[in-house]
Amino acid sequence: MPWTRRSGFLGFPVPDLNGVARQLRATTLKLTDLQTCPPREVRVGVHRDTLVPFAEYVRGRFGARPELIVAEDTRAACGTFTLRYLFELDGVDLFVVASVAVPEDDRRFPSLATRWYLASRFEREIHDLFGLIPTDHPDLRRLPLHQFWPAAYHPLLKDAPSPPAFADDGTPFPFRRVEGEGIHEITVGPVHAGIIEPGHFRFSVEGETIVNLETRLYFVHKGIERLFETIPPERAVELAERISGDSSVAHALAFCQALESTAALQIPRRAAYLRVVLLELERLYNHIADVGAICTDTGFAVANAHAMRLREDLLRLNARLADHRLLRGTLIAGGVTCDLTAEQIADVRETVQRVTDEFDDIVTIALDNSLVLDRLHGTGRLPKQTARELQVVGLAARASGIDRDARRDHPFAAYADLPLRVPVYSEGDVWARLMVRVEEAREAANLIMRALDGLPEGKISAPLPPLPAGASGFGLVEGWRGPIWHWLVAGEDNRLARVKIKDPSFANWPAIHYAILKNIVPDFPLVNKSFNLSYAGNDL
Amino acid sequence: MITKIAIETIQLLIVGLGAPLLVGLVRRVKARLQGRRGAGVLQPYADLRKLLAKEAVVSETTSWIFRFTPYLLVATMLLSALLVPLLTTRTPLGFLGNIIVLMYLFLLGTFFLALAGLDAGSAFGGMGSSREMAVAALAEPTVMIAIFAMALRVGNTELDEIVRRGATDSLLLLTPGHLLAFLAFFIVALAETGRLPVDNPATHLELTMIHEAMVLEYSGRYLMLIEWAAGMKLLIFLALLSNLFFPWGVALTVTPAAVAVACVALVLKVGALAVGIAMLETAVAKLRLFRLPALLSGSFALALLAVVSFLFVK
Repeated sequence: MPWTRRSGFLGFPVPDLNGVARQLRATTLKLTDLQTCPPREVRVGVHRDTLVPFAEYVRGRFGARPELIVAEDTRAACGTFTLRYLFELDGVDLFVVASVAVPEDDRRFPSLATRWYLASRFEREIHDLFGLIPTDHPDLRRLPLHQFWPAAYHPLLKDAPSPPAFADDGTPFPFRRVEGEGIHEITVGPVHAGIIEPGHFRFSVEGETIVNLETRLYFVHKGIERLFETIPPERAVELAERISGDSSVAHALAFCQALESTAALQIPRRAAYLRVVLLELERLYNHIADVGAICTDTGFAVANAHAMRLREDLLRLNARLADHRLLRGTLIAGGVTCDLTAEQIADVRETVQRVTDEFDDIVTIALDNSLVLDRLHGTGRLPKQTARELQVVGLAARASGIDRDARRDHPFAAYADLPLRVPVYSEGDVWARLMVRVEEAREAANLIMRALDGLPEGKISAPLPPLPAGASGFGLVEGWRGPIWHWLVAGEDNRLARVKIKDPSFANWPAIHYAILKNIVPDFPLVNKSFNLSYAGNDL
Repeated sequence: MITKIAIETIQLLIVGLGAPLLVGLVRRVKARLQGRRGAGVLQPYADLRKLLAKEAVVSETTSWIFRFTPYLLVATMLLSALLVPLLTTRTPLGFLGNIIVLMYLFLLGTFFLALAGLDAGSAFGGMGSSREMAVAALAEPTVMIAIFAMALRVGNTELDEIVRRGATDSLLLLTPGHLLAFLAFFIVALAETGRLPVDNPATHLELTMIHEAMVLEYSGRYLMLIEWAAGMKLLIFLALLSNLFFPWGVALTVTPAAVAVACVALVLKVGALAVGIAMLETAVAKLRLFRLPALLSGSFALALLAVVSFLFVK
């Protein structure tokens, strides 16, 4: 895999922060409050009526995509709701944050749903939770709230009362129906065999061939974003660790970075390197476990038995380093809590080296087996075009030929000092997603070694100053599944006014609907496992 | 008379009580091959006892077929245990049925299990039944052809007679047709008993199941009967494989010593086949469902070749 350098969008020269600001200023889009927030943000106020032309402009000029759309109930502060659109620019470490005011007495805003599929899902979420209405949205079925929630109850409004007493009245979700000769519907879940989270899958099949799949999630919607508003920022890191258990470090890190960005805090260099070690340890154990799990789903249990053994070795290493198998409690805003002693560093090196050597053996055994390969090749193919249109992220995107990795493209922690290889496969099938994991696991081990080599001396944390009221910022972390975004707004008295989380699962769940088409029913668990998306991270 | 009753009783005990042990053995060997410690070989007995003590939940939408099928399965397996020459070539009730009757006893169970899968009206049951019928339809011709290959050899479809000829005329075991028929029958046995690479008995993924999907609605004592019958089916198939193709140690005369030797030989042969299955299941992955016809038609071709070779290689 070559070292990849990115050039600007469509051959335009790579823009810089001031260049983007200058070009935006030169437009006739009635932009207000345009400010540059070095090193990588341009913030701009956009009027509701010019949002669509503005979005078209940044797409056409910079190849920008809205990766996160946040609604904030800012009526107490400025009398209107605020929508934030985080546009990620293509091929350059820059973001445009557009703020749109929505008045209290006319709660409509223009929809971007027909331009970006991902935007349509954010807008459905905002519609449910805030009661703001995206105009001309083609599909306003409910998303996070199930049918039995009272129609006028929007839980994220600041003045939302305690929820009224209600129970599931059995109102069905309006699923898309496939009709025709020989079409049969298979409903699976929300409760599954095995120890996985709840989700409902509805297959329309013709014989064994899947012609349509719809998922209904949000059975574990627990109001976690609202919960952040009720606790002090120091405690909130613990909550962030619990958003999705297998991404404890990644979510906590994204949240800490959002806090640090809001407070304009620089963390010590040693802490930045230790964060890399922690994040890559999490990536390593998850990727190894996933490779084993994918093999299990082909019926090749021997690879799984050994992958689980290696995962256990890594979890025990975590426990020795941080007194927690999932590395919880290691991160705080401003740095990390656990320093590594010389013995611990030697322990990490020895364990990681041994585990990756044995992992290579397991991969060889599994990939030498033609029966296993036959199950992997061509199964659950997600074409690059579809992946692009759905804004699929993370390892699923890289397996479909999309060369993006936030560690390289938007370096955080110490990744700017640690160049990394980003594996990209064009096949988009289960095999490609397995291979991306295999190569990323090796690269994670490599990064751990290099981060330990270059570990600077010094402090491991800096004190977090009080958050200025009304300030906002975001953290972006490439977790093992993909990029995790945390958007944070500080409120009065050093509290959090709004936290919005985007787990890669939110963007990638719809990809399964397309990857599974024309596959057969018994291959679904394999395809699903190859994405291995989080329900908790999606449902929030 | 007493000898005859004694032999049939021993056969029933071997099949009825040995089945959980066989299942436990396969699981244990698989676990060891995967580097796991695994549960003890006696675990299936504990599982069956546990299921027996549990409440059986039966869907209100089911008919008598759902409740009847588990008993039918156990009955057909116990009846098969009486017919199969496990220990001697003079199985007292062997005259009741030949190998064709035996195969259709198995198929009767499969048929009712498929009906029971449909009975509760759940999506999984129907899916399992449809897949099981597809596999059965593909396995059926192979079974018949493999049987004819052996029956042609001795000019008789009586199981006792086939085993006796094999045991007395050891040159018969060296013919290519014998090996081909063994391979064909082995593959079919894997398909019929729901083993890898056809079906994965260890999976929890409902969507991939064949046999397990049909019995997903069962619980309590009904599930215990079905699991027990599945174990017996595996044992009978392995015993058939070992005695038809490797008839060493089978008692030609009914004396206590010969029967004792036959018991030991049977345990060793079935044990060896069980280890072989465990090794195979460790080495292979599950085939894609639509590749099953290729596997089963391959075994059909083997069986056909076995017949042809018996006709030409005298």
